[in-house]
Amino acid sequence: MKFDTPATTNPIDQLKVIGKPTNRIDGPLKTTGLAPYAYERHDVAANQAYGYVVGSAIAKGRISSMNLDAAKAAPGVLAIVTAGTAGKLGKGNFNTAKLLGGPAIDHYHQAIALVVAETFEQARAAAALVRVEYARSKGAFELAAALDAAIKPPAVFGTEPDSSVGDFAGAFAAAPVQLDARYTTPDHSHAMMEPHASIAAWDGDKLTLWTSNQMIAWSVGDMAKTLGIPKENIRFDSPYIGGGFGGKLFNRADVLLAALGAKAARRPVKVALQRPLMINNTTHRPATIQRIRIGATADGKITAIGHESWSGDLPGGGPETAVAQTRLLYAGANRMTAMRLAVLDLPEGNAMRAPGEAPGLMALEVAVDEMAEKLGIDPIQFRVINDTQVDPEKPSRPFSQRQLNECLKTGADKFGWARRNAKPGMTRDGQWLVGTGVAAAFRNNMNAPSAARVRLDTAGVVTVETDMTDIGTGSYTIIAQTAAEMMGLPLDKIVVKLGDSAFPVSAGSGGQWGANSSTAGVYAACVKLREAVAQKLGMNPLDAVFAGGKVKAGRRSAALGDAAKDGELVAEDKMDYGDLAEKYQQSTFGAHFVEVGVHAATGEIRIRRMLAVCAAGRILNPKAARSQVIGAMTMGAGSALMEELAVDKRFGFFVNHDLAGYEVPVHADIPHQEVIFLDETDPTTSPMKAKGVGELGICGVAAAVANAVYNATGIRTRNYPITLDKLLDKLPAIA
Amino acid sequence: MKSFTYERVETPAAATAAFAKTKGARFIAGGTNLLDLMKLEIETPAHLIDVSRLALDTIEPTTDGGLRIGAMVRNTDLAADARVRRDYGLLSRALVAGASGQLRNKATTAGNLLQRTRCPYFYDTNMPCNKRKPGSGCAAIGGFSRLHAIVGASDACIATHPSDMAVAMRALDAWVETVDGAGKTRSVPVADFYRAPGKTPHLDTVLAPGELITAVTLPKPVGGTHIYQKVRDRASYAFALISVAAVVQKDGSGRVALGGVGYKPWRIEAAEAELPRGAKAVTAKLLAGAKPSHENAYKLPLVERTLAGVLAQARG
Repeated sequence: MKFDTPATTNPIDQLKVIGKPTNRIDGPLKTTGLAPYAYERHDVAANQAYGYVVGSAIAKGRISSMNLDAAKAAPGVLAIVTAGTAGKLGKGNFNTAKLLGGPAIDHYHQAIALVVAETFEQARAAAALVRVEYARSKGAFELAAALDAAIKPPAVFGTEPDSSVGDFAGAFAAAPVQLDARYTTPDHSHAMMEPHASIAAWDGDKLTLWTSNQMIAWSVGDMAKTLGIPKENIRFDSPYIGGGFGGKLFNRADVLLAALGAKAARRPVKVALQRPLMINNTTHRPATIQRIRIGATADGKITAIGHESWSGDLPGGGPETAVAQTRLLYAGANRMTAMRLAVLDLPEGNAMRAPGEAPGLMALEVAVDEMAEKLGIDPIQFRVINDTQVDPEKPSRPFSQRQLNECLKTGADKFGWARRNAKPGMTRDGQWLVGTGVAAAFRNNMNAPSAARVRLDTAGVVTVETDMTDIGTGSYTIIAQTAAEMMGLPLDKIVVKLGDSAFPVSAGSGGQWGANSSTAGVYAACVKLREAVAQKLGMNPLDAVFAGGKVKAGRRSAALGDAAKDGELVAEDKMDYGDLAEKYQQSTFGAHFVEVGVHAATGEIRIRRMLAVCAAGRILNPKAARSQVIGAMTMGAGSALMEELAVDKRFGFFVNHDLAGYEVPVHADIPHQEVIFLDETDPTTSPMKAKGVGELGICGVAAAVANAVYNATGIRTRNYPITLDKLLDKLPAIA
Repeated sequence: MKSFTYERVETPAAATAAFAKTKGARFIAGGTNLLDLMKLEIETPAHLIDVSRLALDTIEPTTDGGLRIGAMVRNTDLAADARVRRDYGLLSRALVAGASGQLRNKATTAGNLLQRTRCPYFYDTNMPCNKRKPGSGCAAIGGFSRLHAIVGASDACIATHPSDMAVAMRALDAWVETVDGAGKTRSVPVADFYRAPGKTPHLDTVLAPGELITAVTLPKPVGGTHIYQKVRDRASYAFALISVAAVVQKDGSGRVALGGVGYKPWRIEAAEAELPRGAKAVTAKLLAGAKPSHENAYKLPLVERTLAGVLAQARG
């Protein structure tokens, strides 16, 4: 099915199942521990051996020698895989550095060996016996020091590095009110609960990988390229994923080394990346340095807006697209954005929840708050004044839906914004200085082609098969809701099977495109199934009404399952997209409101309450969507207040490489969260009329926190995370 | 993790005897730190002697009006003990400021004292670390040192001791009771329990090999207002950037110990004489000779401000 004209009324609009706050259909399996994660799939292959990864002890250089004798002789050892033994390996399209390093080393903790043994403990003990000598070479590990050598990178997923409209320099220079400020965001880790983990088994030249992966088809292709075998010979299975946040978009060392280890040991091998390795071995959100310039008239109209961002990556990598939202968020006739990329020899930078917008808004939405203050205009009003209903770089393109102002106004009412004292440092609660802040949330909507297969049996049960993944987001449930709505069935008559590369190729989970795209694919398959059912029952497909487990046309009525009495009915289709996303700018919007307390003595910052108001198309399941948004708000709070991969600039690695050292918020940090979804349907996105929310929820949160800290204390921090050491010398003396 | 043998003992005498019998033995109780260290091969005991079932899990009054806390009393039980909550509120508050509920259920009084630093370079076996591998150097000096010591450190080590409990015990003048292989007992003030890193940072405490902690004793209650203020980036489940343990009397006198600033709970009795003159004066004496790095220099004003807040709170 091709989606190339805006959706009209369709069966989804019945909203009998879609749009309901349905509990997760996989919830009981997860809460009772019956949903097996990759490392726990003991039953899929007999005789599983254990692999343990050895990571490079240096950031850049070469392995000068590797002595495996002691490790090979250790109890239980079955095989040791190194670049020397693995044969010729390619590199996946989505990998910047090789997943198995050596002799050249590209980054710290790059995998250099896998030790396979009968037990995990034996593999770990033997791995410690691998003796490696290195020749270190000099690397670049500090973004600030590499700026001068930064280059203009090629386009990333169609995003050009530079953009320019009008005369930015002239308009900025002429603006009566100006802001020119520099902001920094640090490297962030996905730090999801489930480590990267895989089990591999070979059957002749056929390879099966039970793994934890967000993008099945991408990863099958990359694995084929890496191993140099046809992708038809590879099967991925990833039904349950314990968090990804972008860290599992691509193959990592676990899955490649499991495959190589299983080949070497001639039996199934399982590998989980050890937690202390994860942060330097896998990808992270790269640090940025950003410069923002805004010029405005005295009454608050932006006349010039400029945003530049610098980030670093390994050779061949890409930039963090931190200027992306600035091209679209606010009006202004004269504009410029630019991204520059430095070579750094730190681990590989890549996508993490809302890549681009998350760090970009950390800067932009503080700049907007600063500008509003300079103008003496309320920060909500300043944003409203500069709203645009068209793409400001290409005014002929309207936004398909844009309710940013409504989000801001609704949030202001709900949050009690009118009671706020705009003058900083004026509100006190015991030992706490109290302040509130606001920021806009913005994340683009992307659609991706997505296919599904649906099967109807005689019992009237519909089974959906697609390689879509559920990374904790609720994919199982919204797909079941879609099939139930389309086929006129209750949820308990729907079975959803995900994450298997034997199923039709879906959009996968990334870029918050999963919900709308994958359900649109299921919609397409269900349209085909409805046609097949009607035909089988001798009804006109256009007249057939699917409801209550029955199909009715005129006076005729039949149980849905009757259509399968001669055998299962199977339908498969894929949703493809025309050019609506070019004609209309499809984006999601929101407003974040945060109240913080700053301890007057210690400078500790504690969030007191958070509110998000989101306008993001049809909300397919308000409960799952709310969970996505509160999780994202929590992650945003972490990026505001504590998350930072500490770079050792001498040794070239992230020092705090475990969950004790890389702090993410705990329950005590997040006392109260509220989420409001504005009523919205977007007929330009798909027949589902939905968009994504999983990334929108993080966008702008950190800036709202920073702005609240400013309101509480009068201290403006432009370098994240906002930790107490950055406030102490500016806080008032303690009596 | 290296392979090891394991036995469980029922009496302190059996524990010390087992230690004498086996080379490379270590005592294990809650194991909340030791097992992590073994997995990383930072600790490689050949033999574990499980002392967690020793009958040292009671809290008893002492003849001089104090409390004797058995070495195996769990952190959770110690924090919840009615006598501790009434008379040694500082200790109870320090305990619940530490770790998590699950860890406190497992962690013992003796084990808490003996936990090792959380310096990230200590935990990364690719990095030089004199505490982990004597003579290899210190990667924390000149590295990521935001969390590290500002007082009492040496050119060989700038690690801090991570315990909250020990900071309260130091302020309360607690003593550590031990027994050695010969059955000889001794009592060491917490003040003297930890060794300055000097050139031998691998030695954390004054305990001799095989010497077993049997109890911690608290002198009779000192009254006053007890405040344990732990400062951290994350509201829970994080080690202290710094902490202030204070007992403040109505007349303004009192005691102050600090966590997160050095290799041991940091208390200088002479500094307490400055309490009537306020936090600045106390801090100046407490942290005299501090040698912070660029990354942890914030700890000096932080201590002063936190102490000022604590004193203001104590005044009510």
